Amino acid sequence: MKKFDYLKPQSLEEVLSLLNQFGTKAKLIGGGTDAIVMQRQNKISPDLFISLRGIPGLDHIEGNGLLKIGAMVTHRAIEQSPLIRERFPLLSEASGLLGSVQIRNVATLGGNLCTASPSAETAPPLLVYEAEVHLISQKGERRIPLESFFLGPGETALEQKEVLKEILLQPPPPNSRGAYLKLGRRKAMDLAVVNVAVLLTLNPKTGICERARIALGAVAPTPIRVREAENIIEGNQLNDELIRKAGEMAKHTCSPISDIRASSEYRREMVGVLVEKAIRQSLT
Amino acid sequence: MKQTVQFKLNGESIQIEVEPHLSLLQVIREKLELTGTKEGCGMGECGACTVLVDGKAINSCLFPILEVEGKSVTTIEGLIEADGTLHPLQRSFVENGAVQCGFCTPGMVLSAKALLDQHPKPTEKQIRLAISGNLCRCTGYIQIIRAIQAASEQ
Repeated sequence: MKKFDYLKPQSLEEVLSLLNQFGTKAKLIGGGTDAIVMQRQNKISPDLFISLRGIPGLDHIEGNGLLKIGAMVTHRAIEQSPLIRERFPLLSEASGLLGSVQIRNVATLGGNLCTASPSAETAPPLLVYEAEVHLISQKGERRIPLESFFLGPGETALEQKEVLKEILLQPPPPNSRGAYLKLGRRKAMDLAVVNVAVLLTLNPKTGICERARIALGAVAPTPIRVREAENIIEGNQLNDELIRKAGEMAKHTCSPISDIRASSEYRREMVGVLVEKAIRQSLT
Repeated sequence: MKQTVQFKLNGESIQIEVEPHLSLLQVIREKLELTGTKEGCGMGECGACTVLVDGKAINSCLFPILEVEGKSVTTIEGLIEADGTLHPLQRSFVENGAVQCGFCTPGMVLSAKALLDQHPKPTEKQIRLAISGNLCRCTGYIQIIRAIQAASEQ
């Protein structure tokens, strides 16, 4: 096994100065449930890991309007947070389906996003909530939409000396309801074959779908929003035909690959099925 | 370069010099010679290496040793009493035939302990969820679930 050093800085300033000092030789580590595995599989081989675990101010869940979730908040904490369950239930569900209890006790929300797996459990819910990520470096701070954070498998907009500090969630409009569906090969401890999040805002009087957000995971190089499918249902009263059309559109918009978990044909077919199902669940 | 790490192991404070790239599992088994904790996959998939850190079940194979600084670690050796009396969960596993080859057992027992410490009277669904990160390749899950149920009723 290749050896590495392991530093535990005490502040974000210290993290940034270490990143500056060690450059590409250093790698940030959150809970480590991805980073350590990747190190063992020789996918990454840093000379040192810089741990974010002891940094104050990265493990909060707070805010009345805008909800701020620190990058080091664990999936267990998200799953068990009454605030998130009530206001952002799709995220709560997704975090509760990630890995196992042992993984969720350690793995962090920031880590899930920075690993940038196309099947990242929390990505579709965060995309339909139009989450933003707060990044910090010695040059300053910036906020970007999560959608532009993902660049490709394992690739993010995070610059080499930049740290993901916080995930920001605006409350969706009133009368919004949604669903998160994960298709896996088994009930627990598996990555998604396809995961889908849908969030609809329905006018309570007319029943018209005023706003639709649909996001897919594991069927493109990054988790994606499918605006083409959203546009089909937005501004309309939903019926079987429109729901079917939205599913069809999502199916044709995504670009899945074949791998050990499923063939691209199967994934594409399932996108249609799951998008339809998630829309229907959001309506009930 | 070796570093010093200080933590509580099964109730006792210890201080040990370690290489920073080691996992908690490697230190427990190879330095402290407590071999009750098993290594299965070494990738966080199988749960054989489960221990409790501050009461929470974690995969010790993925846990960097320096992260246990100041924390409290419980391994399967920490469940047995000084006079050799088994923990009620251990006894229940024996009585319910929940041990076949035994390799997953320490991890199963500790996942169950973390559950019962939080929910003394869990539903079957809660039990299944709690051990969903522990694989039993002998597939004796029903007996394991029964053993946890029986322990929770005592």
